[in-house]
Amino acid sequence: MTEAFMIRAIIAGVGVAIIAGAIGCFVVWRKMAYFGDSLAHSALLGVALGLVMGISTNLGTIIICSIFAVTLIWLQQKKILATDTLLGILAHSALSVGMVTLSLLERSVDLHSYLFGDILAVTPTEIYYILFGGLIVLIFLYFNWSSFVLMTIDEKLAKAEGINIVLNQLQIMLLMTIVVAVSFKIVGLLLITSLLIIPAATARQLAHSPEIMAVVSSLLAVFSVIIGIYSSLHLDTPSGPSIVVASTLIFIMMSIFSLLIKRH
Amino acid sequence: MSYLIQAKDLCVNRHKKNILENVFVEVKKKDFITIIGPNGAGKSVLLECLMGSFQPDSGEIKKRENLSVGYIPQNFNPESSMPISVKRFLTLKRKSTPKELIDISKETNISEILEKNLSNLSGGELQKVLLARSLLNEPELLILDEPAQNLDIKNQLNFYNLLTRIYQKRELSILMVSHDLHMVMSSTRQVICLYHHVCCSGEPQTVAKDPEFISLFGNDMAKMMSVYQHTHNHSHQEDSQ
Repeated sequence: MTEAFMIRAIIAGVGVAIIAGAIGCFVVWRKMAYFGDSLAHSALLGVALGLVMGISTNLGTIIICSIFAVTLIWLQQKKILATDTLLGILAHSALSVGMVTLSLLERSVDLHSYLFGDILAVTPTEIYYILFGGLIVLIFLYFNWSSFVLMTIDEKLAKAEGINIVLNQLQIMLLMTIVVAVSFKIVGLLLITSLLIIPAATARQLAHSPEIMAVVSSLLAVFSVIIGIYSSLHLDTPSGPSIVVASTLIFIMMSIFSLLIKRH
Repeated sequence: MSYLIQAKDLCVNRHKKNILENVFVEVKKKDFITIIGPNGAGKSVLLECLMGSFQPDSGEIKKRENLSVGYIPQNFNPESSMPISVKRFLTLKRKSTPKELIDISKETNISEILEKNLSNLSGGELQKVLLARSLLNEPELLILDEPAQNLDIKNQLNFYNLLTRIYQKRELSILMVSHDLHMVMSSTRQVICLYHHVCCSGEPQTVAKDPEFISLFGNDMAKMMSVYQHTHNHSHQEDSQ
């Protein structure tokens, strides 16, 4: 069990789980699940960009997803269309352009591993991306935590207390961008949102403060990833779905558990 | 400088409509001013301009240096998916000592709900918590945007009584938007009637007689006001007899 690829998979998985669990709380609180999904869809264009330009697919994803987030905020300010309409247009056009580009490429691309993740094939470079990206996310979360939380509780109140709403919103979106960019190799583009929201939703039932919810959410995500990796290895199942199945099972158990506790 | 905050010739246009036209508002020390006016009259925009969170198209806002302002927003509805206790919410982005927290909780009658989850509070409790949070900053000016909008009569009364008590006890000025005219007329010293421009302002009784006030709020409201005036006149007549 101590083969190099296994160690890499565990490091990558745990790294991704920690930041996804914490950022996932904001996804749940701020109702950004659809945004996360859209971001992940547009990431395929980032993969295509990375392959075309000969740069890392992680970097390509960060570039495209950041453009996506900034464009969305800019269009939101214009207030011409509802946010979910904008997201639908942006996400699916980016996904389609990405698919078209990938199919035009000379070399064959393992689309399946991008969509559903292939954690056992994680390279050392990707681990550096995860560790570096993860560090940035944690630093930003640490220093802006109370602003983010206050803004999430009530934007008007936060604005009146001198918090720049648009800037903070953009920061949260860019942090999500980093999470998507470093984690699509682990759980796959189609399943990133579930790694963001399922551990957070589970943690909601256990926590009594936003900080504890974020920590518990990260721990649950780590737990799910480890179970997912081992079952992926032993049962030869795709890693992304295995991780999501594990986190869903934990969610169901916790829900039943907390229902029973409330009854007594 | 005799005022805490002053807005002069304030103009705000949106979609080619005038939201605010040459509005003048001034809050001095120990003022208790209520802004009234129909929906869409620009009341909230005016408050946002005063707090600096909305940039007016023209006009000027002068504040006393280092003026500390407390704000209570309209329709406060904390996100229920976030678990957060009242205590944690009060101290979020605030530097307050435990003693200050205890004192202010007592002052606003929320000592018993400090450990409760913010999203489990009733409307009346939420308003008191918001009031407590704004007081923790020791504000010289308290700005409230329809603070009792979603409360039932009993809680409205409680809230305004609490507000009046705090106003009397502390060195602070209050600027409030409110639709609760009976409250306004009985507790406020000065009323500003706003409908994009300042229609009339002054003591509640003076404003109630103003033709522009009557045309904005209708005859029914004018009649209601006359009830207050009647009691007022009545006592005068008794005095003179």
